[in-house]
Amino acid sequence: MTDTTVNAGIAHGLYTEGEPVADTKAPAGPIAGKWTQRKFDAALVNPANRRKLDVIIIGTGLAGGSAAATLGEAGYNVKVFCFQDSPRRAHSIAAQGGINAAKNYKEDGDSVFRLFYDTVKGGDYRSRETNVYRLAEVSANIIDQCVAQGVPFAREYGGLLDNRSFGGVQVSRTFYARGQTGQQLLIGAYQALERQVAAKTVEQFTRHEMLELVVADGRARGVIVRDLVTGEIETHLADAVVLASGGYGNVFFLSTNAMGSNVTASWRAHRKGAYMANPCYTQIHPTCIPVSGEHQSKLTLMSESLRNDGRIWVPKNREDCDKDPRQIPEEDRDYYLERIYPSFGNLVPRDIASRQAKNVCDEGRGVGPMVGDFRRGVYLDFADAIQRLGRDAVESKYGNLFDMYARITGENPYETPMRIYPAVHYVMGGLWVDYDLQSSIPGLFVTGEANFSDHGANRLGASALMQGLADGYFVLPNTIRDYLAKGPFDKLAADHPAVVEARTRVEERTTRLLEINGERSVDSFHRELGNIMWEYCGMERSEEGLLKAIDLIRGLREEFWRNVRVLGAADTLNQSLEKAGRVADFLELGELMCIDALHRRESCGGHFRAESQTEDGEALRHDDEFLYVAAWEFSGGDGDGQMSTPVLHKEDLVYEAIELKQRSYK
Amino acid sequence: MNLTLKIWRQAGPRHPGEMVTYKVTDISEDMSFLEMLDVLNEQLNAKGEEPIAFDSDCREGICGMCGLMISGEAHGPEKTTTCQLHMRSFSDGEVITIEPWRANAFPVIKDLVVDRGAFDRIIQAGGYISANTGSAPDAHAAPVPKPAADRAFMAAECIGCGACVAACPNASAMLFMGAKVTHLSELPQGQPERMARVVSMVDQHDEEGFGGCTNVGACSQACPKGIPQDVISTLNKDLRTALRG
Repeated sequence: MTDTTVNAGIAHGLYTEGEPVADTKAPAGPIAGKWTQRKFDAALVNPANRRKLDVIIIGTGLAGGSAAATLGEAGYNVKVFCFQDSPRRAHSIAAQGGINAAKNYKEDGDSVFRLFYDTVKGGDYRSRETNVYRLAEVSANIIDQCVAQGVPFAREYGGLLDNRSFGGVQVSRTFYARGQTGQQLLIGAYQALERQVAAKTVEQFTRHEMLELVVADGRARGVIVRDLVTGEIETHLADAVVLASGGYGNVFFLSTNAMGSNVTASWRAHRKGAYMANPCYTQIHPTCIPVSGEHQSKLTLMSESLRNDGRIWVPKNREDCDKDPRQIPEEDRDYYLERIYPSFGNLVPRDIASRQAKNVCDEGRGVGPMVGDFRRGVYLDFADAIQRLGRDAVESKYGNLFDMYARITGENPYETPMRIYPAVHYVMGGLWVDYDLQSSIPGLFVTGEANFSDHGANRLGASALMQGLADGYFVLPNTIRDYLAKGPFDKLAADHPAVVEARTRVEERTTRLLEINGERSVDSFHRELGNIMWEYCGMERSEEGLLKAIDLIRGLREEFWRNVRVLGAADTLNQSLEKAGRVADFLELGELMCIDALHRRESCGGHFRAESQTEDGEALRHDDEFLYVAAWEFSGGDGDGQMSTPVLHKEDLVYEAIELKQRSYK
Repeated sequence: MNLTLKIWRQAGPRHPGEMVTYKVTDISEDMSFLEMLDVLNEQLNAKGEEPIAFDSDCREGICGMCGLMISGEAHGPEKTTTCQLHMRSFSDGEVITIEPWRANAFPVIKDLVVDRGAFDRIIQAGGYISANTGSAPDAHAAPVPKPAADRAFMAAECIGCGACVAACPNASAMLFMGAKVTHLSELPQGQPERMARVVSMVDQHDEEGFGGCTNVGACSQACPKGIPQDVISTLNKDLRTALRG
């Protein structure tokens, strides 16, 4: 590939290129000293002044809940918002397997540097070195903090904490609470948050959804939210705004995300000037329960921890694919991950495990019911583990997962192998942030899955919980004070043009959605968008497919604003209206994801371009051309559903501590 | 399969409600219960009738957002959450009644959606360990005997769905509260606030309008996470000790 190649995106007028990102604001000096330096350099806010400073936090998952609790403890005035009926429902709760930390309690060679290295390598060298090092550095503090809160991690008989292994690594550094680690960590953060609500440092707004960001005089100064129970549109102003609103995997309609997970908070901020970085980096998780039919509303993940003991296989011969798996003899089974990747085996990173599952199914060796022309499933078999460890040991490790599988599929996984298939699970892309987790809008900070910086093009298992809590407990509280020290800023009046503009936009949009009164339901548009995204911007992407997807999405978006039917009123609980607003934003995001995927003519991590692969079919990066973060600027488009050509800003990735290599897990 | 559904419809907190009968056809047994309601809502939308409001989020049985009384049972006939209940648990031609949680402390917002804010306020009253960020010692500083750790974990599995309250003839939240008290009092970190916690939480529980416990045990039977009734004994024991001073 040479520089003379005309990029398809530019050639089709789909985007333009702007100035590169000049600075990520990480301090100079060796990587191991940067965070200490930044904490020292960041201005302090006197405790007496903290109560004069207002901070708004959107989202109450691990990133938002922990930040709200910590900033409340520090003495700031915090307002925290979630669309669910309680902060404890945020989707962090569904994370199963565990949380990584460089504690080296197993004395197996782990260290901060190794966790940093594994994360950068796992991300296929597309994450920002400085941020990832800091993540590894604070990881051990997270475990201490959570234990102090009473999080019931798994323990050994001696009373000390137990660890297990996850994909893409060769040490045991994952702390866990059976298959409910996310739940237990979130309840810990939630309880810390509720303690601050009782102490009146934090005011909590449940069943409230952020629908617009207020930007005045170049700073993020507040949000417009809708009270989902009364329908009232409210204005909340502050000195800084934190988005911890999670990921946008639901753009695919079917994903392991919760039904309500959405991009609206991030997308509204993007439309107001926050850059969106690497939006096409999507994690397709290899171990999910396969789709069973047209009615399906969501997909269910089976924890990656199952790959510690389960063995993944498909029949060697297509003729065996509809046989009872127990009747297929050992020599006719293809344990393809163990065959292709002998050193990592079933514990290769998620992107690789997913793509290989797709490959064997594309070859016609998938199992389970036919979906279209292919069977879309592979076996995850515990027969060996049950023989080796006994059924009781397997049950105590994975019992709740096995029960869940049995309930959903009606099959007993103790007796017959599970069937699994990849599904959309997480997005590495998100709003662009600097070293301080500040977006391109001053005063707007972004934490957790909603930002982009730590996981590159592929996230390792048990690292999402780590990042959410690192951001919320330890990083943001130290960096936001440098910004808040410049405040309090002048109070904004309710009739400030920026406030009026944001409120009016929300009111008009709500009215318009209810007035269209077309023929099609919100869900039907969402499902169709999801099909387009999965087909053309899913596990494998190509120039031809992406160009087609962009056309299809534009057509669908145009139809949405003409033909959607949203019943009910604006002044009550109206779940169709809530969904309509979210799907409207997904219809814009989807196009940007496809443009990003189209412009990146290389394969890296979860982004696999059919045109860029090695002879063995592995992802082939092009570091000479694409060693950068793609930060997209919204360039205008006033009406609903209108988008002008986005502008690409490149942030060059600099690797000083780690040598760039082509990943290998063989 | 074809089903007859009798569903509680209520336009708002101050509106009268009523049971309305709907028919659904061609329901697959692989559908979840909530996917069956999705199908009904699509049909209503197509007919120009407002869809039925109900809560759900993760649909994996862990967030605790969903919760319906299904033919008189909290979360229906299986020991699981409403979202994890599948239609293979029902038979063709069945008549199913669907109602919201019924409790004074959980007022109806609309149709099948109730306000469970009282649970948050009970946690605010003391359902936490005070440990400011940054103040924690090394995680291995205080080993926890495995039996205590396991019991704490068991109690901590509560998802705060409210099925225990809905199933209780007194609409008591003692199982919910007992689970939190047990989780925290089994751990060494939970000891300093143990006595103050239980008194404060029980006071808040009563103030919210939940009823008293009369050892019926319906709560534990309805609990999708199988929280055992003996967490209530742990709570009562702590409360007795605390009140004796």
